[in-house]
Amino acid sequence: MRNIFLFIRRYSNLLFFLLLQGYSIYLIVHYNRYHNSVFSNTTNQLTGKVNEQYNKVEDYFYLKKINDSLVKANEKLLNQLKADFIASDTGRKIINDTLLVDSIKQYRRYNYMQATVVSNSVSTQSNYIVLHRGEAQHLKKGMGVVDINNAVVGIITDLSDDYAVVMSLLHKDSHIDGKLIKGGETGTLSWEGDAPNIVTINRISKSAKVAKGDTIITSGNSSTFPKGMLIGYVTEVIPEKSSNNYLIRLKTAADFHSLQYVYVIDNKQQEAINQLLEKAKQQNK
Amino acid sequence: MNSLIKNIIRFILLILVQVYVLDQIHLHKMVTPYLYFIFILWLPFNMNRSMQLLVAFALGFTLDCFRHNPGFHSAACVLIAFVRPFMINLLIPHEGADGNYDEPSIKSMGGLLPYFIYVAVLTLIHNAWLFLLEAWQFGNIWYFLVKTLLSAAISLLLIIITELLFVRKQKFRTNTV
Repeated sequence: MRNIFLFIRRYSNLLFFLLLQGYSIYLIVHYNRYHNSVFSNTTNQLTGKVNEQYNKVEDYFYLKKINDSLVKANEKLLNQLKADFIASDTGRKIINDTLLVDSIKQYRRYNYMQATVVSNSVSTQSNYIVLHRGEAQHLKKGMGVVDINNAVVGIITDLSDDYAVVMSLLHKDSHIDGKLIKGGETGTLSWEGDAPNIVTINRISKSAKVAKGDTIITSGNSSTFPKGMLIGYVTEVIPEKSSNNYLIRLKTAADFHSLQYVYVIDNKQQEAINQLLEKAKQQNK
Repeated sequence: MNSLIKNIIRFILLILVQVYVLDQIHLHKMVTPYLYFIFILWLPFNMNRSMQLLVAFALGFTLDCFRHNPGFHSAACVLIAFVRPFMINLLIPHEGADGNYDEPSIKSMGGLLPYFIYVAVLTLIHNAWLFLLEAWQFGNIWYFLVKTLLSAAISLLLIIITELLFVRKQKFRTNTV
Protein backbone atom coordinates (compact mmCIF):
# COMPACT_ATOMS: atom_id res chain seq x y z
CA MET A 1 0.00 0.00 0.00
CA ARG A 2 2.79 2.37 0.96
CA ASN A 3 4.55 1.62 -2.30
CA ILE A 4 1.49 2.60 -4.26
CA PHE A 5 1.35 5.97 -2.55
CA LEU A 6 5.08 6.43 -3.09
CA PHE A 7 4.61 5.56 -6.75
CA ILE A 8 1.77 8.03 -7.14
CA ARG A 9 3.73 10.78 -5.38
CA ARG A 10 6.80 10.14 -7.42
CA TYR A 11 5.10 10.03 -10.80
CA SER A 12 2.29 12.46 -10.05
CA ASN A 13 3.39 14.79 -12.86
CA LEU A 14 3.52 12.02 -15.42
CA LEU A 15 0.13 10.71 -14.31
CA PHE A 16 -1.39 14.19 -14.42
CA PHE A 17 0.09 14.69 -17.89
CA LEU A 18 -1.34 11.40 -19.13
CA LEU A 19 -4.72 12.30 -17.63
CA LEU A 20 -4.90 15.68 -19.40
CA GLN A 21 -3.58 14.27 -22.68
CA GLY A 22 -6.07 11.41 -22.47
CA TYR A 23 -8.92 13.82 -21.81
CA SER A 24 -7.94 15.93 -24.85
CA ILE A 25 -7.90 12.91 -27.12
CA TYR A 26 -11.19 11.74 -25.64
CA LEU A 27 -12.62 15.16 -26.58
CA ILE A 28 -11.33 14.81 -30.15
CA VAL A 29 -12.72 11.33 -30.64
CA HIS A 30 -15.99 11.60 -28.80
CA TYR A 31 -17.08 15.12 -29.52
CA ASN A 32 -20.39 14.58 -31.20
CA ARG A 33 -21.67 17.41 -33.30
CA TYR A 34 -25.24 16.23 -33.17
CA HIS A 35 -25.31 15.85 -29.45
CA ASN A 36 -26.17 19.15 -27.86
CA SER A 37 -24.86 19.53 -24.35
CA VAL A 38 -24.96 22.28 -21.76
CA PHE A 39 -21.21 22.50 -22.22
CA SER A 40 -21.28 23.39 -25.88
CA ASN A 41 -24.12 25.83 -25.27
CA THR A 42 -22.18 27.85 -22.72
CA THR A 43 -18.89 27.85 -24.62
CA ASN A 44 -20.68 28.83 -27.82
CA GLN A 45 -22.42 31.65 -26.01
CA LEU A 46 -19.14 32.92 -24.54
CA THR A 47 -16.97 32.72 -27.65
CA GLY A 48 -19.88 34.11 -29.68
CA LYS A 49 -19.95 37.24 -27.49
CA VAL A 50 -16.24 37.86 -28.09
CA ASN A 51 -16.55 37.18 -31.81
CA GLU A 52 -19.44 39.61 -32.05
CA GLN A 53 -17.37 42.45 -30.60
CA TYR A 54 -14.61 41.78 -33.10
CA ASN A 55 -17.09 41.51 -35.94
CA LYS A 56 -18.44 44.98 -35.24
CA VAL A 57 -15.05 46.34 -36.30
CA GLU A 58 -14.39 43.92 -39.14
CA ASP A 59 -17.75 44.66 -40.77
CA TYR A 60 -16.61 48.08 -41.91
CA PHE A 61 -13.86 46.66 -44.08
CA TYR A 62 -16.29 44.61 -46.13
CA LEU A 63 -19.01 47.21 -46.60
CA LYS A 64 -18.18 47.97 -50.22
CA LYS A 65 -18.03 44.32 -51.25
CA ILE A 66 -21.30 43.52 -49.48
CA ASN A 67 -22.92 46.50 -51.09
CA ASP A 68 -21.87 45.34 -54.56
CA SER A 69 -23.21 41.84 -54.12
CA LEU A 70 -26.46 43.15 -52.63
CA VAL A 71 -26.96 45.38 -55.64
CA LYS A 72 -26.45 42.35 -57.87
CA ALA A 73 -28.88 40.23 -55.90
CA ASN A 74 -31.40 43.05 -55.97
CA GLU A 75 -31.04 43.43 -59.71
CA LYS A 76 -31.73 39.74 -60.17
CA LEU A 77 -34.86 39.95 -58.04
CA LEU A 78 -36.10 43.10 -59.78
CA ASN A 79 -35.82 41.30 -63.08
CA GLN A 80 -38.23 38.68 -61.84
CA LEU A 81 -40.98 41.16 -60.97
CA LYS A 82 -44.33 40.59 -62.53
CA ALA A 83 -44.42 44.16 -63.75
CA ASP A 84 -41.45 43.47 -66.01
CA PHE A 85 -43.47 41.18 -68.21
CA ILE A 86 -46.30 41.90 -70.60
CA ALA A 87 -48.70 39.16 -71.48
CA SER A 88 -48.65 38.69 -75.25
CA ASP A 89 -52.03 37.07 -75.80
CA THR A 90 -55.08 39.25 -75.74
CA GLY A 91 -57.54 36.38 -75.69
CA ARG A 92 -57.26 35.78 -71.99
CA LYS A 93 -60.29 36.10 -69.81
CA ILE A 94 -60.76 35.77 -66.12
CA ILE A 95 -62.87 32.88 -64.92
CA ASN A 96 -64.21 32.80 -61.41
CA ASP A 97 -63.33 29.53 -59.79
CA THR A 98 -66.35 28.12 -58.10
CA LEU A 99 -64.68 25.14 -56.49
CA LEU A 100 -64.78 25.12 -52.71
CA VAL A 101 -61.24 23.81 -52.42
CA ASP A 102 -58.91 26.37 -53.83
CA SER A 103 -56.57 24.44 -56.06
CA ILE A 104 -54.62 27.50 -57.14
CA LYS A 105 -53.62 28.55 -53.67
CA GLN A 106 -49.93 28.20 -53.06
CA TYR A 107 -48.30 27.12 -49.85
CA ARG A 108 -45.00 28.41 -48.68
CA ARG A 109 -42.38 25.69 -48.55
CA TYR A 110 -39.11 27.52 -47.95
CA ASN A 111 -38.54 30.56 -45.81
CA TYR A 112 -35.31 32.58 -45.83
CA MET A 113 -33.93 34.14 -42.68
CA GLN A 114 -30.95 36.46 -42.69
CA ALA A 115 -28.07 36.03 -40.27
CA THR A 116 -24.73 37.74 -39.62
CA VAL A 117 -21.52 35.75 -39.68
CA VAL A 118 -19.49 36.43 -36.54
CA SER A 119 -16.65 33.97 -37.05
CA ASN A 120 -15.44 31.93 -39.96
CA SER A 121 -12.55 29.59 -40.67
CA VAL A 122 -11.16 28.02 -43.84
CA SER A 123 -7.74 26.82 -42.76
CA THR A 124 -8.35 23.75 -40.61
CA GLN A 125 -9.59 20.39 -41.82
CA SER A 126 -12.95 20.77 -40.18
CA ASN A 127 -14.22 24.30 -40.68
CA TYR A 128 -17.11 25.95 -38.91
CA ILE A 129 -18.93 29.23 -39.30
CA VAL A 130 -20.67 30.94 -36.40
CA LEU A 131 -23.86 32.93 -36.96
CA HIS A 132 -25.30 35.56 -34.69
CA ARG A 133 -28.75 34.06 -34.66
CA GLY A 134 -29.81 31.07 -32.61
CA GLU A 135 -32.53 28.91 -31.22
CA ALA A 136 -34.35 31.92 -29.76
CA GLN A 137 -34.56 33.37 -33.30
CA HIS A 138 -36.20 30.29 -34.83
CA LEU A 139 -33.14 28.43 -36.08
CA LYS A 140 -33.10 24.64 -35.86
CA LYS A 141 -30.49 21.96 -36.38
CA GLY A 142 -30.10 20.67 -39.91
CA MET A 143 -31.21 23.86 -41.66
CA GLY A 144 -29.29 24.76 -44.82
CA VAL A 145 -27.22 27.94 -45.11
CA VAL A 146 -26.57 29.86 -48.35
CA ASP A 147 -24.66 33.06 -49.03
CA ILE A 148 -26.24 36.25 -50.38
CA ASN A 149 -25.99 35.04 -53.96
CA ASN A 150 -27.75 31.75 -53.19
CA ALA A 151 -24.61 29.63 -53.24
CA VAL A 152 -24.46 26.75 -50.77
CA VAL A 153 -22.39 27.37 -47.65
CA GLY A 154 -23.24 24.59 -45.15
CA ILE A 155 -25.64 23.09 -42.64
CA ILE A 156 -26.38 24.12 -39.04
CA THR A 157 -25.04 21.58 -36.58
CA ASP A 158 -24.93 23.26 -33.18
CA LEU A 159 -27.10 25.86 -31.50
CA SER A 160 -27.14 28.01 -28.44
CA ASP A 161 -29.73 30.64 -27.53
CA ASP A 162 -28.26 33.42 -29.66
CA TYR A 163 -25.61 31.73 -31.81
CA ALA A 164 -25.51 28.92 -34.33
CA VAL A 165 -22.55 26.85 -35.54
CA VAL A 166 -22.58 25.91 -39.22
CA MET A 167 -20.61 22.97 -40.55
CA SER A 168 -19.23 24.49 -43.73
CA LEU A 169 -18.95 22.76 -47.09
CA LEU A 170 -15.24 22.71 -46.31
CA HIS A 171 -15.51 20.04 -43.63
CA LYS A 172 -14.33 16.47 -43.87
CA ASP A 173 -17.69 15.17 -42.62
CA SER A 174 -19.87 17.35 -44.79
CA HIS A 175 -21.89 15.38 -47.36
CA ILE A 176 -24.30 17.40 -49.45
CA ASP A 177 -25.94 16.07 -52.60
CA GLY A 178 -25.11 17.81 -55.85
CA LYS A 179 -26.42 17.51 -59.36
CA LEU A 180 -25.17 18.34 -62.84
CA ILE A 181 -27.35 21.06 -64.29
CA LYS A 182 -26.99 19.64 -67.82
CA GLY A 183 -27.62 15.91 -67.48
CA GLY A 184 -29.21 15.74 -64.05
CA GLU A 185 -26.85 13.07 -62.66
CA THR A 186 -26.49 13.32 -58.88
CA GLY A 187 -23.49 12.68 -56.66
CA THR A 188 -22.19 13.44 -53.18
CA LEU A 189 -19.92 16.35 -52.37
CA SER A 190 -16.90 15.99 -50.15
CA TRP A 191 -13.85 18.03 -49.26
CA GLU A 192 -10.30 16.75 -49.52
CA GLY A 193 -8.96 19.11 -46.91
CA ASP A 194 -6.48 21.23 -48.81
CA ALA A 195 -7.71 24.11 -50.99
CA PRO A 196 -10.39 26.29 -49.40
CA ASN A 197 -12.37 26.75 -52.61
CA ILE A 198 -12.16 23.31 -54.26
CA VAL A 199 -14.56 20.48 -53.39
CA THR A 200 -14.99 17.12 -55.09
CA ILE A 201 -18.11 15.33 -56.21
CA ASN A 202 -18.09 11.58 -56.71
CA ARG A 203 -20.46 8.80 -57.74
CA ILE A 204 -21.20 10.40 -61.11
CA SER A 205 -21.09 7.65 -63.71
CA LYS A 206 -18.89 7.82 -66.79
CA SER A 207 -21.93 7.90 -69.03
CA ALA A 208 -22.63 11.47 -67.95
CA LYS A 209 -21.48 14.25 -70.22
CA VAL A 210 -19.32 16.59 -68.17
CA ALA A 211 -17.09 19.38 -69.34
CA LYS A 212 -14.98 22.01 -67.66
CA GLY A 213 -17.10 24.95 -66.58
CA ASP A 214 -20.35 23.01 -66.10
CA THR A 215 -22.53 24.13 -63.23
CA ILE A 216 -23.34 21.92 -60.25
CA ILE A 217 -26.51 22.68 -58.28
CA THR A 218 -28.27 21.17 -55.29
CA SER A 219 -30.33 18.14 -56.19
CA GLY A 220 -33.39 18.82 -54.06
CA ASN A 221 -33.41 15.19 -52.94
CA SER A 222 -32.69 16.09 -49.38
CA SER A 223 -35.07 18.48 -47.72
CA THR A 224 -32.36 20.86 -46.52
CA PHE A 225 -31.83 22.86 -49.69
CA PRO A 226 -34.38 23.72 -52.36
CA LYS A 227 -33.61 22.37 -55.79
CA GLY A 228 -31.27 24.41 -57.97
CA MET A 229 -29.12 26.33 -55.48
CA LEU A 230 -25.65 27.01 -56.86
CA ILE A 231 -22.82 24.85 -55.56
CA GLY A 232 -19.96 25.41 -57.96
CA TYR A 233 -18.36 25.08 -61.38
CA VAL A 234 -16.45 22.05 -62.68
CA THR A 235 -12.70 22.62 -62.96
CA GLU A 236 -11.37 19.11 -63.46
CA VAL A 237 -12.82 15.75 -64.53
CA ILE A 238 -10.85 12.66 -63.56
CA PRO A 239 -12.01 9.16 -64.62
CA GLU A 240 -11.56 6.68 -61.77
CA LYS A 241 -9.63 3.64 -62.93
CA SER A 242 -11.18 1.10 -60.61
CA SER A 243 -14.81 2.05 -61.02
CA ASN A 244 -17.28 3.28 -63.56
CA ASN A 245 -17.38 6.74 -62.04
CA TYR A 246 -15.84 10.13 -62.53
CA LEU A 247 -14.14 12.10 -59.82
CA ILE A 248 -15.01 15.73 -60.45
CA ARG A 249 -13.33 18.71 -58.83
CA LEU A 250 -15.28 21.92 -58.63
CA LYS A 251 -14.68 25.48 -57.60
CA THR A 252 -17.24 26.58 -55.03
CA ALA A 253 -19.60 29.39 -56.00
CA ALA A 254 -19.56 30.78 -52.47
CA ASP A 255 -16.48 32.72 -51.45
CA PHE A 256 -15.67 31.21 -48.05
CA HIS A 257 -12.99 33.81 -47.36
CA SER A 258 -15.34 36.76 -47.13
CA LEU A 259 -18.68 35.62 -45.74
CA GLN A 260 -20.39 38.42 -43.87
CA TYR A 261 -24.11 37.80 -44.29
CA VAL A 262 -25.89 34.55 -45.05
CA TYR A 263 -29.44 33.28 -45.40
CA VAL A 264 -30.70 30.31 -43.42
CA ILE A 265 -33.30 28.22 -45.22
CA ASP A 266 -36.21 26.89 -43.22
CA ASN A 267 -38.14 24.07 -44.87
CA LYS A 268 -41.71 24.39 -43.62
CA GLN A 269 -42.48 20.81 -44.58
CA GLN A 270 -39.48 19.34 -42.83
CA GLU A 271 -41.49 18.05 -39.90
CA ALA A 272 -44.06 16.39 -42.12
CA ILE A 273 -41.29 14.64 -44.08
CA ASN A 274 -39.55 13.52 -40.90
CA GLN A 275 -42.79 12.12 -39.50
CA LEU A 276 -43.38 10.13 -42.67
CA LEU A 277 -39.85 8.74 -42.60
CA GLU A 278 -40.23 7.75 -38.94
CA LYS A 279 -43.47 6.00 -39.75
CA ALA A 280 -41.88 4.12 -42.64
CA LYS A 281 -38.99 3.06 -40.43
CA GLN A 282 -41.31 1.73 -37.75
CA GLN A 283 -43.32 -0.25 -40.25
CA ASN A 284 -40.22 -1.90 -41.60
CA LYS A 285 -39.14 -3.08 -38.19
CA MET B 1 4.68 43.96 -12.54
CA ASN B 2 3.30 41.06 -10.64
CA SER B 3 4.07 37.82 -12.44
CA LEU B 4 0.50 36.52 -12.12
CA ILE B 5 -1.11 39.64 -13.62
CA LYS B 6 1.52 39.73 -16.37
CA ASN B 7 0.75 36.16 -17.34
CA ILE B 8 -3.01 36.68 -17.32
CA ILE B 9 -2.63 39.66 -19.67
CA ARG B 10 -0.32 37.61 -21.87
CA PHE B 11 -2.83 34.76 -21.98
CA ILE B 12 -5.68 37.00 -23.16
CA LEU B 13 -3.57 38.95 -25.65
CA LEU B 14 -2.02 35.87 -27.24
CA ILE B 15 -5.38 34.14 -27.63
CA LEU B 16 -6.89 37.25 -29.23
CA VAL B 17 -3.93 37.68 -31.59
CA GLN B 18 -4.08 34.02 -32.56
CA VAL B 19 -7.83 33.94 -33.19
CA TYR B 20 -8.30 37.29 -34.92
CA VAL B 21 -5.00 37.92 -36.67
CA LEU B 22 -3.01 34.75 -37.30
CA ASP B 23 -5.95 32.41 -37.95
CA GLN B 24 -7.03 34.71 -40.76
CA ILE B 25 -3.74 34.15 -42.60
CA HIS B 26 -3.52 31.16 -44.93
CA LEU B 27 -0.19 30.85 -46.65
CA HIS B 28 -0.35 28.70 -49.74
CA LYS B 29 -3.46 26.92 -48.49
CA MET B 30 -1.67 24.67 -46.01
CA VAL B 31 0.14 26.71 -43.40
CA THR B 32 -1.42 28.55 -40.49
CA PRO B 33 1.11 30.36 -38.31
CA TYR B 34 0.83 29.59 -34.60
CA LEU B 35 2.21 31.95 -32.02
CA TYR B 36 -0.01 31.55 -28.97
CA PHE B 37 2.03 28.72 -27.41
CA ILE B 38 4.85 31.17 -26.71
CA PHE B 39 2.84 31.70 -23.53
CA ILE B 40 3.91 28.23 -22.37
CA LEU B 41 7.53 28.83 -23.38
CA TRP B 42 7.57 31.99 -21.27
CA LEU B 43 6.04 30.57 -18.10
CA PRO B 44 8.19 31.21 -14.99
CA PHE B 45 10.89 28.70 -14.03
CA ASN B 46 9.69 28.24 -10.48
CA MET B 47 6.12 27.31 -11.35
CA ASN B 48 4.80 24.01 -10.05
CA ARG B 49 4.93 21.36 -12.78
CA SER B 50 1.36 20.18 -12.48
CA MET B 51 0.32 23.83 -12.45
CA GLN B 52 2.17 24.30 -15.75
CA LEU B 53 0.27 21.38 -17.24
CA LEU B 54 -3.04 22.77 -16.03
CA VAL B 55 -2.34 26.27 -17.39
CA ALA B 56 -1.24 24.80 -20.73
CA PHE B 57 -4.43 22.79 -20.92
CA ALA B 58 -6.48 25.92 -20.18
CA LEU B 59 -4.68 27.81 -22.95
CA GLY B 60 -5.21 25.10 -25.55
CA PHE B 61 -8.79 24.58 -24.51
CA THR B 62 -9.62 28.29 -24.82
CA LEU B 63 -8.31 28.31 -28.38
CA ASP B 64 -10.21 25.10 -29.13
CA CYS B 65 -13.45 26.73 -27.95
CA PHE B 66 -12.95 29.52 -30.48
CA ARG B 67 -12.36 27.00 -33.24
CA HIS B 68 -15.22 24.67 -32.21
CA ASN B 69 -12.96 21.63 -32.30
CA PRO B 70 -12.23 20.65 -28.71
CA GLY B 71 -9.10 18.63 -27.97
CA PHE B 72 -6.54 19.36 -30.67
CA HIS B 73 -4.73 22.37 -29.25
CA SER B 74 -5.17 21.26 -25.63
CA ALA B 75 -3.38 18.00 -26.44
CA ALA B 76 -0.48 19.77 -28.16
CA CYS B 77 -0.13 22.39 -25.40
CA VAL B 78 -0.17 19.84 -22.59
CA LEU B 79 2.53 17.87 -24.40
CA ILE B 80 4.94 20.80 -24.71
CA ALA B 81 4.24 21.86 -21.12
CA PHE B 82 5.25 18.35 -20.07
CA VAL B 83 8.45 18.33 -22.16
CA ARG B 84 9.46 21.89 -21.17
CA PRO B 85 11.13 21.16 -17.77
CA PHE B 86 13.28 18.41 -19.33
CA MET B 87 14.42 20.79 -22.05
CA ILE B 88 15.26 23.47 -19.50
CA ASN B 89 17.28 21.03 -17.37
CA LEU B 90 19.22 19.92 -20.43
CA LEU B 91 19.99 23.38 -21.77
CA ILE B 92 20.55 25.51 -18.67
CA PRO B 93 24.34 25.98 -18.52
CA HIS B 94 25.13 25.95 -14.79
CA GLU B 95 23.50 25.23 -11.48
CA GLY B 96 21.08 27.81 -10.23
CA ALA B 97 20.70 29.90 -13.37
CA ASP B 98 17.00 29.16 -13.32
CA GLY B 99 16.94 30.58 -9.78
CA ASN B 100 18.52 33.84 -10.83
CA TYR B 101 15.98 34.73 -13.48
CA ASP B 102 12.23 34.59 -13.68
CA GLU B 103 11.53 33.00 -17.01
CA PRO B 104 13.30 31.53 -20.07
CA SER B 105 14.91 34.11 -22.36
CA ILE B 106 18.14 34.55 -24.27
CA LYS B 107 19.84 36.02 -21.21
CA SER B 108 18.63 33.53 -18.66
CA MET B 109 19.38 30.49 -20.81
CA GLY B 110 22.98 31.66 -21.23
CA GLY B 111 23.14 32.65 -24.86
CA LEU B 112 21.29 32.63 -28.14
CA LEU B 113 21.94 29.01 -29.11
CA PRO B 114 20.47 27.20 -26.07
CA TYR B 115 17.40 29.43 -26.15
CA PHE B 116 16.96 28.91 -29.87
CA ILE B 117 17.21 25.12 -29.50
CA TYR B 118 14.70 25.27 -26.65
CA VAL B 119 12.20 27.24 -28.74
CA ALA B 120 12.77 25.25 -31.93
CA VAL B 121 12.35 21.82 -30.36
CA LEU B 122 9.16 22.78 -28.51
CA THR B 123 7.71 24.46 -31.63
CA LEU B 124 8.40 21.36 -33.69
CA ILE B 125 6.84 19.08 -31.07
CA HIS B 126 3.77 21.31 -30.79
CA ASN B 127 3.18 21.49 -34.55
CA ALA B 128 3.93 17.81 -35.16
CA TRP B 129 1.53 16.59 -32.49
CA LEU B 130 -1.17 19.03 -33.59
CA PHE B 131 -1.04 18.04 -37.26
CA LEU B 132 -0.68 14.36 -36.42
CA LEU B 133 -3.99 14.54 -34.55
CA GLU B 134 -5.59 16.57 -37.34
CA ALA B 135 -4.26 14.29 -40.09
CA TRP B 136 -5.68 11.23 -38.36
CA GLN B 137 -8.38 10.70 -40.97
CA PHE B 138 -6.45 11.87 -43.99
CA GLY B 139 -3.37 9.75 -43.56
CA ASN B 140 -1.06 11.35 -46.12
CA ILE B 141 2.42 11.16 -44.61
CA TRP B 142 4.16 13.57 -47.02
CA TYR B 143 1.48 16.19 -46.68
CA PHE B 144 1.79 15.87 -42.92
CA LEU B 145 5.59 16.20 -42.90
CA VAL B 146 5.70 19.19 -45.24
CA LYS B 147 2.91 20.92 -43.35
CA THR B 148 4.64 20.37 -40.00
CA LEU B 149 8.02 21.64 -41.17
CA LEU B 150 6.63 24.68 -42.97
CA SER B 151 4.33 25.64 -40.09
CA ALA B 152 7.11 25.19 -37.55
CA ALA B 153 9.41 27.40 -39.63
CA ILE B 154 6.78 30.14 -39.87
CA SER B 155 6.03 29.85 -36.14
CA LEU B 156 9.73 30.13 -35.34
CA LEU B 157 10.03 33.22 -37.50
CA LEU B 158 7.07 34.77 -35.69
CA ILE B 159 8.56 33.95 -32.30
CA ILE B 160 11.87 35.55 -33.27
CA ILE B 161 10.05 38.68 -34.44
CA THR B 162 8.08 38.74 -31.20
CA GLU B 163 11.29 38.44 -29.17
CA LEU B 164 12.84 41.32 -31.10
CA LEU B 165 9.77 43.55 -30.85
CA PHE B 166 8.89 42.95 -27.23
CA VAL B 167 12.09 42.92 -25.23
CA ARG B 168 11.42 41.37 -21.86
CA LYS B 169 13.42 42.99 -19.10
CA GLN B 170 14.90 40.29 -16.91
CA LYS B 171 16.12 41.23 -13.49
CA PHE B 172 19.07 39.36 -12.09
CA ARG B 173 18.17 38.12 -8.64
CA THR B 174 20.90 37.11 -6.23
CA ASN B 175 20.35 35.12 -3.06
CA THR B 176 16.67 35.69 -3.18
CA VAL B 177 15.67 32.11 -3.83
